[in-house]
Amino acid sequence: MTTAAATVALPRRVNPVEALRHTFTLAWRSLVQLKHNPLELLDLSIQPIMFVVLFTYVFGGAISGSTGDYLMFALPGIIVQNAIFASVTTGVGLNSDLTKGVFDRLRSLPIARSAPLAGRILADTVKQVWSIALILGLGVILGFRIHGGVQGVLGAFVLLLVFSLAVSWIAVLVGLLASEPEKVQIFAFVVVFPLTFTSNAFVPTDTMPGWLQKWVDINPVTILADAVRGLLSGGAAATYVVQSLLWAVAIAAVFAPIAVRAFKRRV
Amino acid sequence: MNEQTTHAIVAEGLIKRFGDTTALDGVDLAVRRGTVLGLLGPNGAGKTTAVRILATLLKPDAGRASVGGYDVVRDAHQVRRLIGLTGQYASVDETLTGIENLILIGRLLGLSRAEARGRGRELLAEFRLDDAANKPAKAYSGGMRRRLDLAASLVGRPQVLYLDEPTTGLDPRSRNEMWDIVRDLVSDGVTVLLTTQYLEEADLLAEEIVVIDHGRVIATGTPDELKSRVGAQTLAVRPKHAVDAPIVQSIVAQVAGRAPEAQGGLLTVPVTDPAVLPAVVRRLDEAEVPIGELALRGSSLDEVFLALTGHRAEDRTEDQNEPERIPA
Ligand SMILES: Nc1ncnc2c1ncn2[C@@H]1O[C@H](COP(=O)(O)OP(=O)(O)O)[C@@H](O)[C@H]1O
Ligand SMILES: [Mg+2]
Repeated sequence: MTTAAATVALPRRVNPVEALRHTFTLAWRSLVQLKHNPLELLDLSIQPIMFVVLFTYVFGGAISGSTGDYLMFALPGIIVQNAIFASVTTGVGLNSDLTKGVFDRLRSLPIARSAPLAGRILADTVKQVWSIALILGLGVILGFRIHGGVQGVLGAFVLLLVFSLAVSWIAVLVGLLASEPEKVQIFAFVVVFPLTFTSNAFVPTDTMPGWLQKWVDINPVTILADAVRGLLSGGAAATYVVQSLLWAVAIAAVFAPIAVRAFKRRV
Repeated sequence: MNEQTTHAIVAEGLIKRFGDTTALDGVDLAVRRGTVLGLLGPNGAGKTTAVRILATLLKPDAGRASVGGYDVVRDAHQVRRLIGLTGQYASVDETLTGIENLILIGRLLGLSRAEARGRGRELLAEFRLDDAANKPAKAYSGGMRRRLDLAASLVGRPQVLYLDEPTTGLDPRSRNEMWDIVRDLVSDGVTVLLTTQYLEEADLLAEEIVVIDHGRVIATGTPDELKSRVGAQTLAVRPKHAVDAPIVQSIVAQVAGRAPEAQGGLLTVPVTDPAVLPAVVRRLDEAEVPIGELALRGSSLDEVFLALTGHRAEDRTEDQNEPERIPA
């Protein structure tokens, strides 16, 4: 049998401009989903709002003596916790595409192989920006004061996005391996919840027992929270920022290759 | 003319294993351009695996396949430009509306926003989904979802379309609609590979039928060839009194030209000629044998398998869940 007699001459692969367009189209799709899925919008908006309000007024007095002081301390922590939780949704969405067959449909189309993943990550980054801005805006209304200027705020955004992107590789990996979206959610709860609570995101380290302090000090969530605090309040940030970035690089270096390999196996 | 120019799909010796399971064990098939090939087989026969390989979603362990002259592994990207796939389970994005689902595909295929919307509207109207265009797909009924899924695979006007059990689980009305849609597509020149568990469906739609079982092709031919081999219909006779079974058996065997299968007092035999029915009635009447039940009905896949392989088509997915029986 000869295979020479192809009927039509077709391009062999996707050019980079097309690949980018595919990525944008798939990002659009993830964002349009929000319109029809109020639950996800709730996750992205109501949950952070509730966290800010509850933490400030319920714990504020007990932890910092006043709600205003507590807000200054905890708001960056709440932003960090929310960002890490949100990066898990990348895995949940990816997994639901895989288990519901949407991924197969996309794979049967002549589009860039990376686009389904890249589009999702791009859309999730947009959602991150929204959540961070929402929490920060609400914080300011409730009395959070930004002393870090525009650079500080921009720096905090960029740092949070870079860190979330790194974490989302873990989520992608879990999303590729889990048999159903609920399991990805359970993973988030079992791992992310303790990880963010055993940090100084919500409570100053010095109130904790000594053995816990040792862990809290090296917990990347603590380091990131301190970095964001520093950037927003105009205080010392450089060391924490560098350490956070190193963590992000380390997480990405370990998990991105594994996740990409797992992804390629399914593409 | 070689096979590549006359055939849109050619597969040779496809083998695919999943762990210990051999899903495909050397499958050959060829689909002529502009025709429908029916891939007929029971659950677990390997139909979906074959479709997934031909749709570039799976790589075969051995063997090769080409679509429109492009190799499904080496030239996967080109193959994807030619094909449309409607999987066994609808793969639409449930959170998007019908029209958004189609716009998404159109945009991914390089249509402008306006073109993608236009093409989407056109397909929704064609498949009577225009009323539900702006409803999220999760609110669709099973039949609507299937139609949307099919519409999604047609956005790019594929030359080759895979339909994996497109009517399984549909009510008779939706099933008829699906059949009409397939006929329309073929009249537009589309080559269709359709998998099914129903002989009737393959008979109605396909120019050529390939029967597979346990990942092997066990028969190939036109519906007429196949029916003349296995009998399009089955004659079922149940004598009123069990003692009459032997005489009924010999009468049926004489008239139908082959020995009937006995199962729980019911004698069945595949027949090709409907005139067998009155003939059997007459002979039984002459012999004065009282009859409890007598019917001529379309052969089930099970009966086709029995005729082709000598064993019943077992449902392998169910088999696996059954504990081994230990003789007492
Ligand atoms: N991804 C998979 N992993 C393991 N076994 C599989 C997988 N896909 C299919 N199989 C097995 O391969 C065989 C053929 O399956 P399939 O192609 O789905 O059959 P059909 O579509 O005809 O019902 C079955 O025994 C099935 O259990
Ligand atoms: Mg199947």
